[in-house]
Amino acid sequence: MSVPLLSALIFFPIIGGFSLLIVKREDVQAIKIMALIISLLEFLLSIPLFYMFDKTTFHMQFTEHYSWIPAFNINYSLGVDGISVLFILLSALVTILSILVSWESIKDKVAEFFISILVLEGVMIGVFCAVDLFLFYIFWEAMLIPMFLIIGIWGGPNRVYATVKFFLYTLVGSLLMLVGIISLYMHGGHTFDILELAKHSYPMGFQLLLFVAFFAAFAVKVPMWPVHTWLPDAHTEAPAAGSVILAAILIKMGAYGFLRFSMPILPQATQAMMIPMIILSLIAIVYGAIICLAQTDLKRLIAYSSVSHMGFVTLGLYSLNTQSVEGGILQMINHGVVTGALFLSIGMVYERTHTRVIKDYGGLATTMPVFGSFFLLFTLAAVGLPATNGFIGEFLILLGSFIRSPWIAFFAATGLILGAWYMLWLYQRIFFNPVNDKVVGLAELNMREIVTLVPMVILIFWIGLYPNAMLSFMHVSVAHLLEQVHGGAEVARQVATVLH
Amino acid sequence: MIDTAFVSWKAFQPILPEMFLVCIGLFLIGLDVFAPKRRELLPWLTVVGSLAAMIMVAGEKGITGFGGMIQADSYAAFFKVICLLGVILASLMSEHSRRTEGLKQGEYYALMVFSAVGMLLMVSAGDLMVLYLGLELMALSVYCLVGLPRNDARSAEAAMKYLLMGGFASALLLYGMSLVYGLTGTTDIAAIATMAAKGDLLRNAALLGGLGLMIAAFCFKVAIAPFHFWTPDVYEGAPTAITAFMSVGPKAAGFAVFGRVLFTGFPQFQADWGTLLATLALLTMAIGNITALSQTSIKRMLAYSAVAHAGYSLLGVLSGTAEGLSATMSYLLIYGFMNMGAFAILVLLAGPGNRRESLEDYKGLAKTNPLAALLMLVFMFSLTGIPPTAGFIGKFYLLKAALAAGYTKTVIGLIIFSSISAYFYLRVVRYMYMSDPKEEITVEYSPGISWVLGIALLGVVGIGLLPSSVIGHAASALLGQ
Repeated sequence: MSVPLLSALIFFPIIGGFSLLIVKREDVQAIKIMALIISLLEFLLSIPLFYMFDKTTFHMQFTEHYSWIPAFNINYSLGVDGISVLFILLSALVTILSILVSWESIKDKVAEFFISILVLEGVMIGVFCAVDLFLFYIFWEAMLIPMFLIIGIWGGPNRVYATVKFFLYTLVGSLLMLVGIISLYMHGGHTFDILELAKHSYPMGFQLLLFVAFFAAFAVKVPMWPVHTWLPDAHTEAPAAGSVILAAILIKMGAYGFLRFSMPILPQATQAMMIPMIILSLIAIVYGAIICLAQTDLKRLIAYSSVSHMGFVTLGLYSLNTQSVEGGILQMINHGVVTGALFLSIGMVYERTHTRVIKDYGGLATTMPVFGSFFLLFTLAAVGLPATNGFIGEFLILLGSFIRSPWIAFFAATGLILGAWYMLWLYQRIFFNPVNDKVVGLAELNMREIVTLVPMVILIFWIGLYPNAMLSFMHVSVAHLLEQVHGGAEVARQVATVLH
Repeated sequence: MIDTAFVSWKAFQPILPEMFLVCIGLFLIGLDVFAPKRRELLPWLTVVGSLAAMIMVAGEKGITGFGGMIQADSYAAFFKVICLLGVILASLMSEHSRRTEGLKQGEYYALMVFSAVGMLLMVSAGDLMVLYLGLELMALSVYCLVGLPRNDARSAEAAMKYLLMGGFASALLLYGMSLVYGLTGTTDIAAIATMAAKGDLLRNAALLGGLGLMIAAFCFKVAIAPFHFWTPDVYEGAPTAITAFMSVGPKAAGFAVFGRVLFTGFPQFQADWGTLLATLALLTMAIGNITALSQTSIKRMLAYSAVAHAGYSLLGVLSGTAEGLSATMSYLLIYGFMNMGAFAILVLLAGPGNRRESLEDYKGLAKTNPLAALLMLVFMFSLTGIPPTAGFIGKFYLLKAALAAGYTKTVIGLIIFSSISAYFYLRVVRYMYMSDPKEEITVEYSPGISWVLGIALLGVVGIGLLPSSVIGHAASALLGQ
């Protein structure tokens, strides 16, 4: 592969974003159209990844490698494997949708907004492509700048508080990880190459320290209980596009970090920390779900449901067997699709009513029936109804965690029941119940909005009915990952049970 | 070796840039006196002169002169470039600010050049006497610069404070030097180390005391707590361009002697000064960052931030390794770019009769002046140390060097305090982008300020994306080579 596809994917939206500065600031329509075209081209550019990806190898593909800072042995090296490839596609898709959903709602500093979104897209893709820890860290931190601006400038009334909280939480976690990265560099043969670092073995005490350092960064991002408190604020105050990107991509990066760094580089610590991580995940699942029941704010409810759902993801990852890890990765995508779709929908209805308080709604199904159908579908996917994508992910995770211990699966399943409760109750309060005065006469979804939601519907059923479309990307990479964690023996046994 | 009967021109080669700058300074005074109508040329001549000097020093490598009194090595060359960069950017800034601050005196630029001569001497001093000479030349010029706006009470107060405190620091330095000289019998920095080893002075309390006094004086010069108390007042009172200059040039020169004296003169004492400086670094970072949180004047905030950054820079020196020293050097260069950039925005926004130094004045800047706000945003993120800006590269290098030297606790301190610093740097961004404007500020991009902003932006983004250039140079710039 001679075309530097990954670099193109990273830098095309960034350069494209800044090229919006050329357009006259007053010509808002041109800026929007240009931003949309850039994001569409980016998506087209990412499609080869889907078709040309070799599913039979765990090795990095589409690799690029240039020396960047030779003094520190830092390289600009990129590559994707079965774990990361899908997130790049998802990022490209979600960016289009978030540009579409912002079409009418962003009225102030329009050029800056779309620049931020596009730059954020490039940087996010960079996070998933980086094979050099230093490069990864650059992208990881650089992401903070556009997101800080998106929440802080175009967010809700309490946006400044939310964005500063988001920034500081993430920064503290990331800086601890930076110390970890540097120590890893010094103990791992003076390299930042992830694959090289994974080949070394480190003493147990050092691994545990590093695990904590990485945990600080990744757990904040996921977010795991008890460092989740920035998420509800950030989600609630962010503009619709910000919430969508936050839910669909940004918080996945924490889980991705565990998969890409903590597990392969620190296998013994990963096994030692398995039980604590599972316990934290279970707390997140149940706690997040219970908190959801008490929410009065629409966006806050979905934000807390993210805490619960991401608890499932980390539970899957740290149950450390094939089913659960694949389920975890799939659930990351599912949560991105479903919660992304929910935030898109909420953004659309908020544009009409300018309220997020659940009490202000009621009987919306009579005024906006099409919207009601879409929202119902997303609700059911979030609950995990069979034939939707949510079911597959949760099922695999429960299966995998049941192999660990039935009790884990038992507590996790409690979260599912609570999930059905709060989501269906939410649907009832908004769409059924007596018609609230505030929703009388609301306009039905327009064509642009329907177009925005349809891709999510397609993904929900595509993954729900034919999960192998996504799972087939992961099999080999996940098997390799688990081999690194367990050192071979147990994996062989598990693969055998799955195959028979 | 100096031949007293016949001094060849070759003997002056090590101080050629300094001599050249003295000529420039004298020429500036002459021009000011004899051709007062041509005064607007002064800043540009300063820039051209410093640029020429910079080209002269850039190639210096392993030159010693005057029997080792002058060490024009690659280490000195790196610092000289930083100092001259400070002069260039500050004169360009002054070219703009003289319109608003009404600084008409021609001595202004000459003083800046003379202080540069002092800094150049300081960084290449191989002998304590030359070091002191350079330090005083620099300090006296800067005292005058701070107090140059005679009719401004704030400046006068700042100059007075600076002079008194500076005199105190000089006294400490001299006292320390005399103790060291008394025990080792030499003022040659390299010879101190050999004499200390020979004379079995490694645990001598008086020598340690002398070293401590010298460290205290250096700490004063680079604003390390608890010797930083002059910083906020002087920085606030001085003309903004001079504040910017002080935070880059004299600070870099101070760190240069810090490094040279400790590394060449007292390498056997690394365990002592390493521990002492680690404590001071933590204290400095804490005081600088925490006090900056509560400032309402942006100039004062940047003054405390300068204190904090001095604490970060110290991390490289205290680690006692060549890598650490290189890290400090790159950090000072990077800090020069980003801090100059931030101060340039202050200069840009200041109007006649309204300095706009309050944080409140930055509210809604993104709406009234999108370009200025964007530049300030870049500089603030860089000062916080967020990639892909140069500020991150600098911090990363420092962290790496200090971790390699085993100062893990100090590193954790840096992490904690730089997270705190994010809050006040980002407050500027918040005010600019997330508040409504109070007044319509019209700014005029004069050629001088445009150059400063351009160079600073190029430095911050360029080093951020392609750090190799700077890091490579810093890593190969070694003491005595």
